[in-house]
Amino acid sequence: MDIFLQQMVNGLLLGSIYALVALGYTMVYGILGLINFAHGDIVMVGAMVTLSTIGVLEGHLPIGVILLVACLVAIVVCVLMGLLLERVAYRPLRHAPRLAPLITAIGVSLLIQYSAALIWGKQYIALPELFKPSQYVWAGVEINALQIFIFVLALLIMASLALFVKHTRLGRAMQATEQNADSATLMGVNTTGVIALTFAIGAAIGAVAGVMIDLYYGQAHYFMGFLLGLKAFTAAVLGGIGHIGGAMLGGLLLGVIESLSAGYIGDLTGGLFGSNYRDVFTFFVLIGVLMLRPSGLLGRATTERA
Amino acid sequence: MLRFDLKNIVLCLSLTVFLSACGQKSNDTHIIKIGSASPLTGAQAHIGIDIRNGVELAIEAVNQTGLRLADKPVKLELAAEDDEANATKATTVAQKLVDAKVVGVVGHFNSGASIPASKIYADAGIPQISPASTNPDYTLKGYKTTFRVVAHDGQQGPALAHFALDQLHAHAIAIIDDSTSYGQGLADNFEATVTAAGAKVVAREHTTDKDTDFKAILTKIKGKNADLIMFGGIDPQAGPMKKQMVELGIKAALMGGDGMQTPNFIKLAGSAAEGSFASIPGLPKEKMPGGPAFLTQYQAKYKTEVQLFAPMGYDAVMVLVEAMKRANSSDPAKYLPEIKKTQYQGIIGPIAFDEKGDLVNGPITIYQVKSGQWVALENSKSPVPETNPTPAASPDKSKK
Repeated sequence: MDIFLQQMVNGLLLGSIYALVALGYTMVYGILGLINFAHGDIVMVGAMVTLSTIGVLEGHLPIGVILLVACLVAIVVCVLMGLLLERVAYRPLRHAPRLAPLITAIGVSLLIQYSAALIWGKQYIALPELFKPSQYVWAGVEINALQIFIFVLALLIMASLALFVKHTRLGRAMQATEQNADSATLMGVNTTGVIALTFAIGAAIGAVAGVMIDLYYGQAHYFMGFLLGLKAFTAAVLGGIGHIGGAMLGGLLLGVIESLSAGYIGDLTGGLFGSNYRDVFTFFVLIGVLMLRPSGLLGRATTERA
Repeated sequence: MLRFDLKNIVLCLSLTVFLSACGQKSNDTHIIKIGSASPLTGAQAHIGIDIRNGVELAIEAVNQTGLRLADKPVKLELAAEDDEANATKATTVAQKLVDAKVVGVVGHFNSGASIPASKIYADAGIPQISPASTNPDYTLKGYKTTFRVVAHDGQQGPALAHFALDQLHAHAIAIIDDSTSYGQGLADNFEATVTAAGAKVVAREHTTDKDTDFKAILTKIKGKNADLIMFGGIDPQAGPMKKQMVELGIKAALMGGDGMQTPNFIKLAGSAAEGSFASIPGLPKEKMPGGPAFLTQYQAKYKTEVQLFAPMGYDAVMVLVEAMKRANSSDPAKYLPEIKKTQYQGIIGPIAFDEKGDLVNGPITIYQVKSGQWVALENSKSPVPETNPTPAASPDKSKK
């Protein structure tokens, strides 16, 4: 039982990071109908910038301050990158056929990856051990303070985003743009500004996810955005792409499914499939969900974008 | 009379010029190229560059003393290529070296690169000495051109297994590999030996060489109460793995092969690295017969520490050169048979090859992380010198 609980905890933690990254995919998709494949790489840049900032500041300031500053620097860099991408790569293509921005997104993704490889090198970069988080054991489940912090912060970010979109003027403008950009413009919504804001928020959350990955795994690599982006995109689709709550649910669910399948596939199939079939199983679940609910778990079936 | 003399003088002069030109030609230094192939970029660049540096040092040393073959001075030249630790790139690079008419190649680093490249060198008849590839399959292809100056996993796996059983008294062992031909080969050989000795393998798990999250696998292993976890793979995975073991409260030690015995592992795992075990083919670099002198020389030139395989790279060049001297030729067809007869006292110790091209009696050393440093524990001579190594049952694309 304690092993099962531990697997759930592992899954939820992994899932909360997937969920944060998935938000970036789903928000942009909701508004533009565009899959921004470069989003995973923005997260990578966030992780890299954090490591560099920590490397510069280490030993000069208290640890809490260093982390806060590093996180802020990462957010600023990622937001600027998100805005630049939107302005340079996607805005000129807003009325182009749908394939054009998609291909551009893949190109931008490669551009960011290899620029990062030039700047930070192709090696795995380690996070220096800043502090030792206190470890707790509860019902046989091992968890440390850092992991609890990551999980709570992820939930807080998701909750505040949901509140922001639902209850603020800007949030309502985002919803209006999502429902129908042309009508929103007629109603006086500055849709161009709203789209830029969407990219900025997605990038900022991505930056925080990057910081979390640094802290959780203790390393970053120029290529890490690819697999992460793929998983987060899967999470967004699982939950219903374009739906903010769906991205959160999809992310957490994907994390748990991965964790449980890696943990139990081998024993359940009598060793026929090992833990290396984790991803196979995960995508099997995705296909199953999409067959029953083509628009994802929480997606609206009516969502039909221009 | 005068005219005749002049004619004679002109004739003499031109003859002298002609002869001296001939003389110059026969004294002209013959330049031959030695290839070096290893990952010079990417996650394993630090290890690949280390190998290239070792090769470069050896070439400089040979040129300094001056090499003469068939009464002609010969100058060695380095042709270093980057295989990016990638099987496909490795074959491209191998072809490039063959086309550049290298007379011998020191490389590659990764087994997954050395194996596919070996066919290209074999077809061209160019000797290949790998300084670091430990997968048994590398020398099992039946090529006459394939050699290595490290112990192979068929020796490293059993050495680790015997250490685990005899010294650590492990009863319940969990094994993880990274699904590469190196990682899986090492893990398979380890598993074969511990099972044969009657120890219990409680879990056999697989991950990939891109993964960073091993919590699910490790939690499962925790549930099986393993007292030792063996990982066949390299440091970018081993580091976070050890860290996550500590986070999950797993008390078992982590043990791995040479891919994990790097300063990078300690950096990536942080304080969690403490107590981990790893083996390295060969003696500790400080304890190699030519070690201390080599380390000083290396440090002076490259202003950095030797990572792992620079001494093997150095010796590989020397083995090639010694064979050329005995054959009195740098023609691969002529000096290749001489490599088989190598009896060379290198930096890493005595070098001789068996009929497959494997290093005879390659020593293996076990290390443990103690206060943030890899410390050599014992020099466990390869306990089973020539058993039939289990070929890795890996579906790796590099093994066609």
